[in-house]
Amino acid sequence: MALPVKPPAETGAAESVEALELELLLEAVFRLHGYDFRDYARTSLRRRVAGLVRSEGLRTISALQERVLHDPQAWERFLNGISVSVSAMFRDPGFYAALRRHAVPLLRTYPFIRIWQAGCSLGEEAYSLAILLEEEGLYDRSLIYATDMNEASLRRAREGIYPADLMQKFTQNYLQAGGRRAFSEYYTARYDLAIVRPAVGRNIVFSQHNLVSDAPFNEFNVILCRNVMIYFNRALQERTHALLHASLSMFGVLGLGARESLRLLPQEPCYEPLVEGEKLYRRIA
Amino acid sequence: MTRPDLVVVGTSLGGLNAMSALLASLPAGLPVPIAAVQHRAVDDDGRRLATLLQERGRLRVVDAEDKMPLEHATVYLAPADYHLLVEARGLVALSTDPPVRSARPSIDVLFETAADAYGRALIAVLLTGASADGADGVVAVKARGGRVLVEDPATAECGTMPAAAVAAAAVDYILPLSRMGEYLVALVEGTRT
Repeated sequence: MALPVKPPAETGAAESVEALELELLLEAVFRLHGYDFRDYARTSLRRRVAGLVRSEGLRTISALQERVLHDPQAWERFLNGISVSVSAMFRDPGFYAALRRHAVPLLRTYPFIRIWQAGCSLGEEAYSLAILLEEEGLYDRSLIYATDMNEASLRRAREGIYPADLMQKFTQNYLQAGGRRAFSEYYTARYDLAIVRPAVGRNIVFSQHNLVSDAPFNEFNVILCRNVMIYFNRALQERTHALLHASLSMFGVLGLGARESLRLLPQEPCYEPLVEGEKLYRRIA
Repeated sequence: MTRPDLVVVGTSLGGLNAMSALLASLPAGLPVPIAAVQHRAVDDDGRRLATLLQERGRLRVVDAEDKMPLEHATVYLAPADYHLLVEARGLVALSTDPPVRSARPSIDVLFETAADAYGRALIAVLLTGASADGADGVVAVKARGGRVLVEDPATAECGTMPAAAVAAAAVDYILPLSRMGEYLVALVEGTRT
C-alpha cells in the first residue's frame, strides 16, 4: 500500500507545532529552574533537544517537557544534554602558541594576573592555561576563574579526570602549542583514566556563573570565552560581549574561538587584534 | 518550480579534486551562495583549503565563521573540527557538538539544517567519498522538497558515499563529475527543473 504523501501545507503546520513546543519547553525551564536558553541559536539547540527526545525514548518535545518538569533526574539529563560541550586540552594549538608568544610578555608586566575562562565546561582549557602559565613562570602570581553554568560540569572539571585515550591527542596539541616539557608530567594515568595532577589546578577556582543571566563579578586581565557564544543567537552574543567587555581591564586580552568574530558587534571598535590570524584581541576602549 | 536560494555540497575521500572540478565549472556571478562540507583532518588550519579552491575557480571561497551572513557567488567551507549548520535563511552557524557518523564537520548536519531552513529552495550536491555521511542528509532534503544531485558512483573517485545516498533516497540526478556544474547552473538559473 502506498504511503500517503503529506501536502506541503501540512508539513509546514507540523514544523510550527514543533517550534511552538520548543518555545514552551524553554519558557517552562526558565520559569521553573531559572536557566534561560531562550536566546540560544535555534538550529543547534533544536538538534540537541531532538537528541534528548530520542535518548529519553519519547516522541515529542511536549513529552520531554512533561518529564523535565516532573522528574528531577530527567531535568539533570536535560541540563547536561543542552549545556555540556567537550573541548580538548590546547584545542587549536596555534591559539595557545600565540597566547604564549604575544600575551605572556604583556602579562609579565602585571604584579598579579586575573584570568576568567568563561564557559569552562569540563575544564580542558583551564588546565591548558594553567600549564602554559606554569611553564612561563607566571602561575604563582595568577588566578584562573573557570566558570560554567552547569554544576555537574564544574564537579567533573574540578576532578580533572579524562579518558586516557584522549591523552595522545592532548599531547600532540600541547607540543604543537609550544609545550616545553613532557606532557605526561602533568597527569597520572590509572587504568583507562588520566588524572590531572593537583598542582596543575592549584590556582584555578571553578565556580558557577551563567553568562546569560549573571552580572560581571570581577575585573580581569585576560578573558577566554571560546566556542561558547557559537551556541547563542545574535542578541545574546551582543549581551555577552557587553558583559565580557565590562569585566576586562583596559589593555586586557580577550580570546575567542577560531571561527568566532567580533565583526559587526557594538564592541568591535573597543578591541584591536593582538596578533593577526588568531582570535586574540586587546581592549583599547 | 521554486528557484533555489542555496546550494549545499558534501564530499569526503577524493573531495579536493572533485570540488576543484566542480568549482572550475561554475560562473563568477552564480546567483546563490554555496555551503560546503569537505571532510578533512582536524589539524588542517583550513586556510590552505580555501586558498586552494579559490584558485581553481571563479567563486570567492571562505572558511565559514559563526553567524556569517551568506552572499551570492561565494563558497562557505565548514571549518575543520566544527559542524557547519544553516541557522536560518541567509545565515550559517557553527557547533562543536560531537561528531556525527565519526565526522565533524558532518555532511548530514549541513544538509539537514539547510533542508529545514530552505525547503524546496535548496539544491544538495553529493560528490565522491568513502563513508555513508550525507545519506541521511539527502533523505531530509528530499523530504522537504529540495533537489539532489549525486555524482555517479560508477565514475566517482570513491563511489561509496554517492552510492549510499542513491540507495537511501530517490535523488533527482546521477551525473558524472564533468556534467555536474552544467546541471547545477541550469537548475540555479531555472532553465532546467
